[in-house]
Order: sequence, then structure tokens, then C-alpha cells
Amino acid sequence: MTPPTTDHRPQTTVPLLEIRDLHATVEGNEILKGVDLTVRTGEVHAIMGPNGSGKSTLAQLLAGHPAYSVTSGSVRFDGKDLFELDPEERAREGLFLAFQYPVAIRGITNSYFLRSAVNAMRKHKGLPELDPLDFLQVLEDKLKAIGWDDSFMNRAVNEGFSGGEKKRNEILQLAVLEPRLAILDETDSGLDIDALKTVAAAVNALRSKERSFVVVTHYQRLLNYIVPDFVHVLAEGRIVRSGGKELALTLEEKGYAGVGA
Amino acid sequence: MTSIESQVLQPYKYGFTTDIEAEVVPPGLSEDVIRLISMKKGEPDWMLDWRLKAYRNWTKMTEPKWSNVKYGPIDYQAISYYAAPKQRPKVESLDQVDPKLLETFEKLGIPIAEQKRLAGVAVDAVFDSVSVATTFREELAKHGVIFCPISEAIREHPDLVREYLGSVVPVNDNFFAALNSAVFTDGSFAYIPKGVRCPLELSTYFRINAQATGQFERTLIVAEAGSYVSYLEGCSAPSRDENQLHAAVVELVALDNAQIKYSTIQNWYPGDEEGKGGIYNFVTKRGACRGKNSKISWTQVETGSAITWKYPGCILQGDGSIGEFYSVAVTNNRQQADTGTKMIHMGKNTKSTIVSKGISAGHGQNTYRGLVKILKGAEGARNYSQCDSMLIGDQCGAHTFPYIDVRNSSAIMEHEASTSKIGEDQIFYCKQRGLSAEDAVSMIVNGFCKEVFKELPMEFAVEAQNLLGISLEGSVG
Repeated sequence: MTPPTTDHRPQTTVPLLEIRDLHATVEGNEILKGVDLTVRTGEVHAIMGPNGSGKSTLAQLLAGHPAYSVTSGSVRFDGKDLFELDPEERAREGLFLAFQYPVAIRGITNSYFLRSAVNAMRKHKGLPELDPLDFLQVLEDKLKAIGWDDSFMNRAVNEGFSGGEKKRNEILQLAVLEPRLAILDETDSGLDIDALKTVAAAVNALRSKERSFVVVTHYQRLLNYIVPDFVHVLAEGRIVRSGGKELALTLEEKGYAGVGA
Repeated sequence: MTSIESQVLQPYKYGFTTDIEAEVVPPGLSEDVIRLISMKKGEPDWMLDWRLKAYRNWTKMTEPKWSNVKYGPIDYQAISYYAAPKQRPKVESLDQVDPKLLETFEKLGIPIAEQKRLAGVAVDAVFDSVSVATTFREELAKHGVIFCPISEAIREHPDLVREYLGSVVPVNDNFFAALNSAVFTDGSFAYIPKGVRCPLELSTYFRINAQATGQFERTLIVAEAGSYVSYLEGCSAPSRDENQLHAAVVELVALDNAQIKYSTIQNWYPGDEEGKGGIYNFVTKRGACRGKNSKISWTQVETGSAITWKYPGCILQGDGSIGEFYSVAVTNNRQQADTGTKMIHMGKNTKSTIVSKGISAGHGQNTYRGLVKILKGAEGARNYSQCDSMLIGDQCGAHTFPYIDVRNSSAIMEHEASTSKIGEDQIFYCKQRGLSAEDAVSMIVNGFCKEVFKELPMEFAVEAQNLLGISLEGSVG
């Protein structure tokens, strides 16, 4: 295990996320077997890999899902030990996970849920909470910026949503919560091509120099629309290959087996 | 799930007693004690006779054991049946009330003065068994509405009381109702004249204060033809080491086209984590929709008491009458609740709606027990029942006993039921959006109860929110 030696570098190059030799288990089975990954501010990384390679485990573990246990290795988020932070603290520090399977909450409207989340973040930053009217203004601006209407804001959180609506809702939350690191866990799964384009366009609108993305996906298709800076192949709990965006195309051509995964 | 459980299992916040001298009758129950109560209250003979009749019935009855709750034997001779604050002022304004008493109300979050000025709520405050303050009486009187302690109504409006008292819950209805009829010391009486829409929400706060004093409240509400009234009942009690029996009776009568909305928040001391010292809440609540197209709605949020045993019901006598029951019952630690409703359809085209939400945490046991009965003559009756249970943790229980008895084939019955568990994934989802586990549980529970909370008057909805630690704003909008 190499300790991070980034102190001598200029401030701007301090990695936002630095994963070192990460090992993790779920119910006693080792899923991650030594993952290394460095994500700097403003970069978009894609993590691809066959089913069962550990992609979603990595995404959920970073967000702090209690089902996963870290057995060794380290993760630093903006220089802090990520594992010292509770899931809600990670979120308030700017780590966002767009869920593969978003959860429904009966009887609570989307707009109320989102406002509560925004206010939890604002409280953490020492900012005053937004009242419903202020929040409505923020929401309208965000919706406009990503080109969506407010039709599902008064529906209960994810209840009775189609697969596409759930994924759109995750991206809307991303837009409103303005995280520094957004992890998209198979956001393309279950989307038809039109929905995929809509979601990708919204994500692209949210790309910025201040925000990093880790895009977890099984298929290269999504990466035609969200073009990454780096592509990593995760297989059997390790990153076996890393490269630029063209690596995704190689994968599409040759399959995971063709790149040694 | 332990963190979720621990924050649900918060200690009772209203555990304090007020140091006011109480005049307490020695423990025990006999005809002499009943005569003493009746005399102290300056009651007419017919009232004493009524009490004695109830008492004689009670002595022949046995305590029912069919509920799904467990508790030790109650020694009815160890209970003191009468306690009155010694200093009992004749109150014309709040200034004349013992300041300590007012302070207690303040601690409970019942600022009478504030309500009088701001909320327009008339409060008939029951402190132990004697009503000491009644507000807004004059305003109500302008509309011909009578709202006063029932002991006063017995003296001032004997004809009305005699006509309706015991007409919905007879003295021999059940063991606890008979006991109440024999020994009740006070409660509220409301009378809404023909065609009057009561201009204020009528509100009574009950409070048990003197140690080991059973509280036997009696409430009677009569809505004449074409009238409307909304009545709020809110409860809180101080911490105790011994169990306190509470056996109230509430009777509602709605005549032609009249409407009664009865809302309750019950937050009596539930006992400690082991269940020691909580209130036994054995209540008989029943409404009679006597007139055609009359309507009675019961809405209850039950979070307190060691044991809750109650079934607010409606007897739908009038053609086209409507009965509604909306309930949230929360049990945690060692709390037990066996609650639900009875809807008895007698008239033609009568309708009833039942929405019950049971939440169990800790070692809490929550039972929904409901009876929907469609009698032979109830042509075109309809019922919709929905019973949802939520479990928090794995030591608690939820039970559902729906009884359906249909004697008319034209009836339409619908019953839906669900049981859910607050899932780790729901909590994690909320946490990932920056919410604490506490806020997440509040939000999920609040969403679950939304259909009931929206039936509460606004000021009560806020109390419900405080009680369950829930933020309501979004779900209402």
C-alpha cells in the first residue's frame, strides 16, 4: 500500500478522490480486491466492466452503504479519510450517488424531499435554510437549465415512476444538490435511446471545471453521449486497464475478454 | 437498525407534576363514594340515580379479557375516584386562575391566553377532574352554542343532558363504560343548535395530575339538524411510577344533515422503556348518526399510554349518513395498542371509510381491530377499509383483525391492507442526500401517515408533527 504523497504538488492538482489498494467484502465475500483510482477535479472517469466485476459495489461503498465492509486500503475525498465520514456527512461534503435503483418514499413529494436535502447541505455549510418559495425559485432555474419541466415535483418520491423517470429524477437531484463528485451507477440501465439522450444531455450540462464524475456503466453506448476523459476496466475486483475515451470503443469491438478482463 | 430504533425511542418529554393541592377522596368504590361525588358536584337526584344504576350494573359485570394486550390485575378498590384542585375558583377570566395551573398549561404547550387571542380556539381546560377555565363562552353563546363542563351542563341544562346522556353508550354497555357512568367527575358538553355552524374549533385538554387518581371523563356532543362542529381533544400526562387507569366515555349525536368532526391527539405517559408506570387508556367512544345525511368523522393520533384500548365507532342510523375513522397509532418500547373502529350500517345508502395506520417500534405491539356490520335494512351500503402497518426494528409486532358482517347483498365492501418495514435502503437513500437517520425516519413515517394527518385541523396537524418528530409541510402541499 503506497501512502498518498501529494503534498508537494500544486494545490489545484490535489486529487478530489484517491482510492488506494481498496479491498471490500459483502456478506464475507471479497468483491473488491485492490482497487486504485485517482480522480481530479473537473475530470470525468468511466468505469466499465462485466457483470459481477464490482462496479456497483465500488459506487455504493464510496457513498457508505452499510452492506459493504472495507477490509483494507484507503479512500481520501478532498484530502479527508472518507471512511471517517458517515454517509450523510459524505453527501454534505459533496459526494453524490445517482442510484441504479432509486428508492420510493410514499407520501413525500419530490419537491419536499429535495428541499430537505438542499437545506441539510446548506445547514452543513452554515448557510440559511431555504423556505418553500425560495426553493421553488432555485428549482425552476435548475429545471430550466437542464431543459425539463416541473411535472413530477409534486408526485411522491419515485413512487410509481417509470424507469426513465427515476433516472431523470436522480439527475435532477444532482443538478439541485450541486455535488463536487457525482457517481452515476448504471444510469443508462433500463433507458431507451431517447431517454438516454435526454439524461446524457442533462449530465453534460452539469459538467464543469469544479465538478468530477465517475460514470459506472456496463455498456459503451452511454459514453457516446457522456464522453469521458478516462476509461477504466474493472474485472474481478481490480482495475485491469485504464486509458482514454478510445478504450471504450476497443471494448465495444472486442468485448471485455478482448482487453484481458 | 439500532440507530433508527434508538431515535424513535425518545424519552417522554412531558414528565413533570404540578404542585397544586388536591382534594382527594380516599381510595375505594362503593355507593357511598358515588353519593359523595354526586354531592360534591351538587348534582340533582336523577343524576345520582343514574350513577347508582350504572354502579349496580358494573358490580355484576366482569372485566373483559378479549383484547390483544397484556397487563396485571387492576385493583378497583385501590383507586381514588375523585380529585379536585383544592383551590377551585369560579372563573370569569383567566386572571383568576391559579398561576401555577396556567404555568402547567404553558409547559404542555397549551397557552390558553395565546389561543384565546390568536387562534380563536375556545378551551375548556380539564385539570384533573374539574374544569377550571372556559374561554370564549360568550362568543359561542352569541351563536347559541353551549360549551361547558358537563358537571355544569347537568345543573344548567338538565333537559338536554337527560335526553342524550347514555343514549349512545348505555350505562351497561361494557365494563369500563359502566364504571365511567358511575363515577365520572367531569368532561365536556357541547350543544350546537339547529343550522348553526360552530364559529370556533372546540378544544379540550385533558390532563391527569394527582397520583393514583383514575380519570373518568365524560363527553357529550349534540349537533342539531343542519349544524356543524369540529372538536379537538388533546392529552398529555406527567410521569408516574404506578399505572393509572383512564376510562373515558365519549358520546356524539348528529341529527339530520349535521356534521361532527372529532379529532384526538393522545400523548399520555407510555411508561418507561420497560413499560413501567404508563397510563391504561380504556376508552369507549361512539357516535350516532341519527339524522339523514348526517356525518361523523373520528380522527385520532395515538402515541401515548402503556395500553391503548379503544374503538371509536359510528352507528349509521340515518339514511345517507356517513361515518369516517382515520387513525395513527404508534407503539414503541413496551407499549401495546388494540384499537380500531366499529361501523354499524343501519340506514339506506350509508357510507363508511376506515383508514388505519399502525406503527410499531421497540417491543411495541400494535393491533387493528375493526368491525363493519351491514344490517338487513341497509340497502346500498358502502365501506372502504385500509389498514397499513409499519414496523421499525425486529422486536415489535403488528396484528390485524378485521371483522366483516354483511346481512344485505347490495353492500359494496372494499378492504386493503399492507405491512411494510422501514428499510435500510430507504434510510440509506435519504442519508445519501444529506439527511440524518433521524430526519429520514421522520420523513418516511410522516409520508406513511399522510392520509390521516391531512384530516386533522391545521393546529392539530402541527401537534401531530411535534409528537412524531415529523416535518409535515411538504406532504400537505
